[in-house]
Amino acid sequence: MRPNWLGAYALLYLLFLYAPILLLPLFAFNDATIVAFPLRGFTTQWFGEMWENATLRRALGNSLIIAGSSAVLSTCLGIFAARASTRFRFPAKGGIMGAIMLPLVLPEIIVAMSLLVVLLSIGVTLSIVTVIVGHTLICMPYAITVLTTAFASLDPAFEEAAQDLGESKWGAFRLVILPLVMPGIISALLISFTVSLDEFIIAFFLAGNQPTLPTYIFSQLRFPASIPMIMALGTVLVLLSIVMLTIAEYFRRRGAARTGQNDRGFL
Amino acid sequence: MAARGLDREARQGLALVAPPFAYVLLVMAAPLLVMLATSLFLFKTGYREYVEGFTLANYLQVWADPIFRALMLRSLWVAGLVTLATVVLAFPVAYFLSFVVSPQRKALWLFLITIPFWTSYLIRVFLWSVILAPNGVVNSILDFFGLIERPLRMLNSVEAIVVTLSHAYAPFAILPIFVALERIDRALLEAGRDLGENRVMTFLRVTLPLAMPGVVAAALIVFIPTIGDYVTPTLIGGGRVPMIANMIQSQMLDQDNRPLGSAIAVTAMLVVAVLAAVFMALNRRFLKVRA
Repeated sequence: MRPNWLGAYALLYLLFLYAPILLLPLFAFNDATIVAFPLRGFTTQWFGEMWENATLRRALGNSLIIAGSSAVLSTCLGIFAARASTRFRFPAKGGIMGAIMLPLVLPEIIVAMSLLVVLLSIGVTLSIVTVIVGHTLICMPYAITVLTTAFASLDPAFEEAAQDLGESKWGAFRLVILPLVMPGIISALLISFTVSLDEFIIAFFLAGNQPTLPTYIFSQLRFPASIPMIMALGTVLVLLSIVMLTIAEYFRRRGAARTGQNDRGFL
Repeated sequence: MAARGLDREARQGLALVAPPFAYVLLVMAAPLLVMLATSLFLFKTGYREYVEGFTLANYLQVWADPIFRALMLRSLWVAGLVTLATVVLAFPVAYFLSFVVSPQRKALWLFLITIPFWTSYLIRVFLWSVILAPNGVVNSILDFFGLIERPLRMLNSVEAIVVTLSHAYAPFAILPIFVALERIDRALLEAGRDLGENRVMTFLRVTLPLAMPGVVAAALIVFIPTIGDYVTPTLIGGGRVPMIANMIQSQMLDQDNRPLGSAIAVTAMLVVAVLAAVFMALNRRFLKVRA
């Protein structure tokens, strides 16, 4: 009987995790300006409003630029770190890798404030570039986690074989290793993209007067009249994230299967 | 020859790890040091007037400030409750995933658990204010069944913040515990049973101690970021239940007192670091058996 009780509990827990997200579409399609029960009727008005909103479009543009750049930068830096940590032994490895992974647990307010103090004191104008700098830092640990899985069980024999057959170190990396870890790289790009797209604190303090999607959402939450439109936007964003994460998961698993890795999921 | 080979490997490894490490030094470590220096070498005396030179005045001001002590204690209390709630609620799920779910299904379960964590933090937090509002989901349900006469007031309270944060950090607690449970050699459990222990005793004397490294990791991974959470006290607390992050932000920007704001941030980090170290020391005997 024990497994059944546990299973029922796990399902309840899953419901708890998804409860807020399940409410989103209810309010997004609800024909009422107040976000509350009982529901009134069906409308797509809020999606229309969202579509025509010019500030929102600017925020979306900024967010896409920031998330795209941060994803590429953090994945590139992550490849170095994941490769070094899985293939080489070097002094102070634990400390160095620990420092690189630290942004994962360091409260974002601390990262944002310390960067802000430095940027302001050296006279850098806040813009989406400063957000990219911050986002690359916090996306890197996520990229590394995914990439480490991809690099971890690569058989060093492949690389040695390529080198024995006359390839240079770089050639062996480009022709043998890179294709094998490519699914992991795509997965890392998508994960970093999702993290950056959703990040609020750093964008809030480092973007100057440039809106991103989360800071735009935050600014609108104060106005009850905008809430239904924000619910519509949230619905779209959640769907988008789920699609991207599903693709990421697909590639991560393909990569894991290719290198014969034991499957453990993200993190 | 062997020593030279190791040297070469070390050099290659260091060269490879240099770019990401340099980035972290530049974008994380250097700003943290600047923050520390700002708190120790500047003191604000008036509008745009600062005294330079080594001083502990900012720190004395922080510790003498009853508001700082109240907010720090509240942040610790909230983070402690959230940690307790997430870890206790997550353990059975991690146990279920590791011991009951078939190996082919594990990845799917993990994926389902992590999805909400990646999506719209801000909107998820806001939705809790919809759920807990006077005309919100909980009150509607209670009212529907005739259980309440007037709506319960749940927002703008420490409890509401705890519920919201427990929800937001739930997956963070499940994953480390799951990984620790997966590492347990199943033969040890059989041995426990063969030696005459019942299920409960086997769980208490074998499974739980071996899972402790995961529990400790989960507790720290939830505790540290929750202390510094800014969004939830702002949205759910409605500005009436500020936590330490709100105080840092307000000193840094609204009051424009960066030395004092930095001193608050550094003090908060020190408090958290000391607590984390004590917590790990208390669990030392569990962490040592990791093999």
